[in-house]
Amino acid sequence: MTHAPHKDYSGAKLGMWLFLFTELLLFGGLFVLYAVYLARYPQEFASGGHQLNVVLGCINTLILLTSSLCAAMAVTAIQQDNRQLTLRLLGGTILCAAGFMVIKYVEWSAKIHHGIYPGSARLVEGPPGESIFFSLYYMSTGIHGLHVLIGATLLAWIAWKVRNGSITRTDFVILENGALYWHLVDLIWIFIFPLYYLML
Amino acid sequence: MTTHSDEHHIISYRKLTGIWLILLVLTALTVAITRIDLGGFKVAGALTIACIKAGLVIAFFMHMKYENRLLQILLFVAVVTLAIFIGFTFFDVLYR
Repeated sequence: MTHAPHKDYSGAKLGMWLFLFTELLLFGGLFVLYAVYLARYPQEFASGGHQLNVVLGCINTLILLTSSLCAAMAVTAIQQDNRQLTLRLLGGTILCAAGFMVIKYVEWSAKIHHGIYPGSARLVEGPPGESIFFSLYYMSTGIHGLHVLIGATLLAWIAWKVRNGSITRTDFVILENGALYWHLVDLIWIFIFPLYYLML
Repeated sequence: MTTHSDEHHIISYRKLTGIWLILLVLTALTVAITRIDLGGFKVAGALTIACIKAGLVIAFFMHMKYENRLLQILLFVAVVTLAIFIGFTFFDVLYR
């Protein structure tokens, strides 16, 4: 006896969203920590925030917004049965992810070069507020960067599945869920950018 | 089973590009208002714009505007939970 493979489109998407809610709470926890310590050490947070590179932060924001546009368009493209365009758009998203990580690398290396990293002599001897600011900065951007890497890997795997024809116009929930994950990465950065780079 | 074409709303490239442009304008606006001295409004302004941007990404890029009620209610519950989590922490921190 053979069965058609069971497909539960709404179930798959519901599962993805439930997972995204847990991600939201994970980063929500980091934002609460940030807010509580900002209230306690406003001066140190301001001086820490002014040491971050606003231009690089801006470029990364543009890159992530554009990557999100590509991911959203990839879903539209597969729905219109345009496989070539889907692949190109996914390629664009992955390229943006790589660009983001390169800039992140440049930013982190500059900070580490200046002796600013968790446990560094400069931070240990400095005021506690500044060391907390940079610990939270490395923690938040680090976990976010990890999500960028995971998301890019996920989308590469999805592009491979689009290419070999296992994701199609009528069966594309994996692509849609991958895009949802990618948008979450963008969503988190929308908050990290003003919190750390701009408003201090 | 209902047909797939009824279930899935296709968002046009044009609309997605429009949302992207709005997001870019809002980003520029955030940078602009945080470069000038607004005092306490700086934080409120930057976070309000961030929330609007997040809303646009969720509604259009993540298709939430076109999803069924169940997902929309679940999102609402998650956001309210997060708000309670943040709000109650502040009751504790500010009035300890």
